[in-house]
Amino acid sequence: MLTLKFSHAAKRRLAGEQATAIIGVVASGNLEVLLERVLPGANCEIEIATPITGYDATWKAVIDEFVERFSPGGLRISINDGGARPDTVFLRLMQGCALMEKV
Amino acid sequence: MEDAAIYAQASWFQATARQRAAGLLDPNSFTEFLGPAERVQSPHLHLFDVPSAFDDGVVIGRGTLDGKDVFIAAQEGQFMGGTFAEVSGAKMVGLVRAARDHKELPQTVLLLLDSGGVRLQEANAGELVVAELMRAIVQARSAGVAVIAMVGGKAGAFGGAGLTAATCSRVAVSEEGRIAVTGPEVIETNKGVEEFDSKNKALVWSTDGGKNRRLIGGADAFAEDSMAGFRAAAMALLAKVPAFNLKTMQAEQERLAARQEKFGACDDAVSMWRVLGIKDPEAIRDMDSKDFAQLASSIKEANHDAR
Repeated sequence: MLTLKFSHAAKRRLAGEQATAIIGVVASGNLEVLLERVLPGANCEIEIATPITGYDATWKAVIDEFVERFSPGGLRISINDGGARPDTVFLRLMQGCALMEKV
Repeated sequence: MEDAAIYAQASWFQATARQRAAGLLDPNSFTEFLGPAERVQSPHLHLFDVPSAFDDGVVIGRGTLDGKDVFIAAQEGQFMGGTFAEVSGAKMVGLVRAARDHKELPQTVLLLLDSGGVRLQEANAGELVVAELMRAIVQARSAGVAVIAMVGGKAGAFGGAGLTAATCSRVAVSEEGRIAVTGPEVIETNKGVEEFDSKNKALVWSTDGGKNRRLIGGADAFAEDSMAGFRAAAMALLAKVPAFNLKTMQAEQERLAARQEKFGACDDAVSMWRVLGIKDPEAIRDMDSKDFAQLASSIKEANHDAR
């Protein structure tokens, strides 16, 4: 298993009041994303566990783009990957943020 | 609420375990136990370089169904085939035992089965947990708890899940649901393609699928493949749960003996449907859920006081 960790300072805290959310399933070509509002300020930590090696740069690019566009400050995001494509990863991260933004 | 009405029609087959639990119960009534943030997950899978799931593929909790307090456990068929393993199984066993031992807790357990059986990476723990679950269900039923199995997911209910379904008070199934112990590929491997051709999907579905299970009495309710369909089936079954006693067991023994007698010479599902007196058995496969449910409720073998 490959574990990747990213730490970002987002532009602002993510809106909403949900403390945790989960979206997706660990299945072939899919992934589960667990979001927890546990970090101070606009910090954001993302940890990925994936059985597929060699795509570190792709993960970094997707995460950088996600943090830039959605500013998920305050969130610890944990991912169990089942070999999802980058577009699926991005979609799940967006869905997860939408759940967390619910009042 | 417009969204709720649309969601009620969402496919059970396509939904995740978490979506099924939410869709089956009264809106916003579900409270999860040992949720994903607690990370109660498999201690074994990483040794095989296989990804874990935060809930180990089983969602458990409580809520209300038509206002009635219930426990609920839902297997995630998409994660490792919804398999029984050390953690995923223990969550289900613990839930059933809680109902068994505490009268003040919900005395109804809904098991949303979606599993190919035991997880091979944790096979010994998985086999043990299936045995523990069956024992817990029987003990809970003896203590007056109603345990209802609902089958309509992608993995069906095979192996330990098929055995588990058979120990429940009542079973609901959709057309997409399959219930059996030995899966089609395993039968073909052990007995040859002449015995059972696992690639013949029409054969597999007509044999293991929900319609046949309902007609020959292996399931007590036929659900439309939707949240609303399973909700209606669960509520109907809860209205008439059999007592678990010697009389019920004897009735079950008689039912199974009569079934073997009646269908023993049949070599496929259509020939069994013919024996049941259905005028046009070939038409069953294409029949829609409503017409089929009506037909099934008129068949004597499909409706019984046993289980």
